[in-house]
Amino acid sequence: MKQEDPKDFAQAPGDRLTRAAGKQLAIYALAAVAVLVAVMFVLNALAGLTSSAAGMSRMAVDVENNIITTYLRDEPPQMNSMLASDAVSGMVLAHVMEGLLRYGPDDELVGGVAERWQQEGNTVTFWLRDDARWSNGEPVTAHDFEFAWKNVLDPAVGSQYAFILYPILNAEQANNGEVPVSEVGVDAVDDRTLVVTLQTPIAYFERMVAYHTYLPVNEEFHRQTNGRYGADADEMLYNGPFMMTSWVHGASMQLEKNPYYWDAERIRLDGINYAHMTSDASTLLNLFKDDQIVIADLGAEMLEEAMLQGWTLNQFMEGTVFYTDFNHRPERLTSNLNLRKAMALVHDAGELVNRVIKLPGYLPGKSLFPVWLPGAEETFREEYPAQEYRRDITKAKEYLQAALDELGLDRLPPLVLLTGDTPVSRIQAEYYQEVFKRNLDIDLVIDAQIFRQRLEKMTAGDFDLVASGWGPDYNDPLTFGDLFASWNLNNRGRYSNPALDAQVRIAQSSLDMEERMRAFGEIQRIIHDDVIMLPDYERGYVYVTHPQVRGIRRHVIGAETDFTNAWIDAGE
Amino acid sequence: MWWYTLKRLFQGVITVWFIATATFIGMHNVPGDPLSGDRATNATIRANLEARYGLDRPVTEQYFIYMRNMLRGDFGISYTQQNREVNDIIREHFPVSATLGILAVLFAAMGGILFGALTALFRNRLPDYIIMFLVILGISVPSFVFAALSQLSLVNMNNVLGFSILPVAGWGTVSHMLLPALVLGLGTMAYMTRLMRSSMLEVMSSDYIRTARAKGLSPTRIFSRHQLRNAVLPVITVLGPAIAAITTGGFVVELVFAIPGLGRYFVQAVQQLDYTVIMGTTVFYGAFLVFMVILVDLVYGWIDPRVRLQ
Repeated sequence: MKQEDPKDFAQAPGDRLTRAAGKQLAIYALAAVAVLVAVMFVLNALAGLTSSAAGMSRMAVDVENNIITTYLRDEPPQMNSMLASDAVSGMVLAHVMEGLLRYGPDDELVGGVAERWQQEGNTVTFWLRDDARWSNGEPVTAHDFEFAWKNVLDPAVGSQYAFILYPILNAEQANNGEVPVSEVGVDAVDDRTLVVTLQTPIAYFERMVAYHTYLPVNEEFHRQTNGRYGADADEMLYNGPFMMTSWVHGASMQLEKNPYYWDAERIRLDGINYAHMTSDASTLLNLFKDDQIVIADLGAEMLEEAMLQGWTLNQFMEGTVFYTDFNHRPERLTSNLNLRKAMALVHDAGELVNRVIKLPGYLPGKSLFPVWLPGAEETFREEYPAQEYRRDITKAKEYLQAALDELGLDRLPPLVLLTGDTPVSRIQAEYYQEVFKRNLDIDLVIDAQIFRQRLEKMTAGDFDLVASGWGPDYNDPLTFGDLFASWNLNNRGRYSNPALDAQVRIAQSSLDMEERMRAFGEIQRIIHDDVIMLPDYERGYVYVTHPQVRGIRRHVIGAETDFTNAWIDAGE
Repeated sequence: MWWYTLKRLFQGVITVWFIATATFIGMHNVPGDPLSGDRATNATIRANLEARYGLDRPVTEQYFIYMRNMLRGDFGISYTQQNREVNDIIREHFPVSATLGILAVLFAAMGGILFGALTALFRNRLPDYIIMFLVILGISVPSFVFAALSQLSLVNMNNVLGFSILPVAGWGTVSHMLLPALVLGLGTMAYMTRLMRSSMLEVMSSDYIRTARAKGLSPTRIFSRHQLRNAVLPVITVLGPAIAAITTGGFVVELVFAIPGLGRYFVQAVQQLDYTVIMGTTVFYGAFLVFMVILVDLVYGWIDPRVRLQ
């Protein structure tokens, strides 16, 4: 036998061992593939247990079964209308439930369970239609509303949205535990008549009634669920156009047309399949391109591709206004009006939106009141155009000098800008840092925090400036208008001004729409003159929809994406 | 052996207790308020919520209550999903993560052993260079890049072909799992390839291989009985932690492929300061990791008798 160096005997080309080993490895690879295939069969069976097969491998539009497939941005924390506080739950609730009133396809108020309603002084009477049914066939009665509303106000329930019922007599007192819930001014006179007594007559109550906290709940059923109401598809009763037939947490949700819905003829789809729960924009676009979902929102980098594909682009103002709030507590430098004015004269929302954020659908902010809010006749902003500051560095420097003189300072110490941890809030904060440093030599310290920590710091007043946002709860300027009232707990900068408070009171209590709008106009002016905050942007989306699906509506209030009026146009 | 197993299990319990305590202390010291929401609530509602979650008691008392409930296997109710128990969240979502994780580890182990052995056999020749280049790529490129890239190419392939080879995202059948599992396992596969290669080279030049050859054993027998079996030991050692790491670390892949795994809850709970879910997922994952390590140690002793003697 020839002498070999043990170090390289295995590598010698054509060596017997290498060949034998190669053969062994090939056999081994084959075995591995076989094992993998076997494992996959087992996993397939396992996966069947952890998800619903119904939601799978279906195209976006199922013409045969008249079903569309789409997505939810997030897993809804819960479908209990009395506790839900987020947009995703609100959107699903708008499909499976119906309140006394609802918003029609063009955001006009129409009767839901209520056939007609009437307000006389501080008494509002709702007459319920006799063909409204729960998904178990029982009639929807006035008692279902009385139960739900009183339950929301029960302090032991701890509903975050209880405040939206506060116009009702004794509601706030009951929610504070001062009077028993039974004293609240809601009374089911009989099965089909609901009488609501208001604290004071207000003009916008019917607009609030369309909000999901006002939805009915069947008391008997609620008791049976034993505290799990709204936690699963079978832990709920539905009275809306659709009913939920399956809910795989974090994965999918299936809605089927509700045969008991009184206006079932209006509903043209037989089902909605929320097959995915994700907020990842590129995943959603990929799903849309693969014909798996009927709608997708687009990011900036996706616009070009959308144009290339020849898709029809739609735009939608989502409703939220983003602004930079000042800390008005007297010990803070930002309580100085001249300093705020100086900053307002440097701030340029147009530059922020068009050259920094650059996301499609965003509008430069001009006011606390967004463009879509209704006024007395036209939109509010058409009736009362927003005043704006034009960038003027020279004047800004004068105001800054005046501020420094008043404060007795030579140079402004660094200001803290509290902000969130999302990409948009980061680039926005860095932009402000740059702009204020370059033009006014003001140093901003960025304090980026996750949502809950930011909230705590906002409540504690631990900031000079804070990036804030406010979304509407109902379709009236008051949903924004009372934000800087001295008593509002959401007024985190603790702004306090009797003149503004007086206007808020007029807007709340007047029954004359013109007078109310004048008050909002006045509030808008005070916010501008007193530089209570700097408007940044109004958020909007650019989105694409499946060419075969018509009638998709997107609402600022209620269902963000509304399929109740949608239908499949198989001709396309 | 029994005594050894018992000892390891006892150590494991101590470790899990330590994890739970450290998490509890850390969590309560993170600034922020788990009960705050978009809309400010009044003092009565707040007090009621605090009472419901036991936050009105001193932190030490909360700790003992929590530990007692945990021993009973009750992790409490989620803060953000007010009518879901943490136990339900883990029970519903962990199987998804585990399924994905097992498949990913299988990909990683089989590919790693195969490619590792190949590179060792063809050391410093073309297959070795190609595979080792890919290995460096696999180790250095993060999984979210692979995830996004593979998804995009899948969409384009589906578009070109006019039918779906594999679903783009979602969960439910084995075809949904293939791509995410491959992406998830890629990093580990690369790591295991390197491990297998070096251990294989070491074995090749060892004395007992020379002895085996001198004895006149057939090359097939030398390779399968003596080389492969000895070289695969270090790979098995990392298998346990790898299963745990892959199963718990799939958050990004789960997000991109819209997979309803536990990873999403694990990460979101921290962002939302959902105390009960943070505790539940951390303790559960901690226990899982500890258990996998113990299991590997025991299996190791069974494969390699020398370990038992020490």
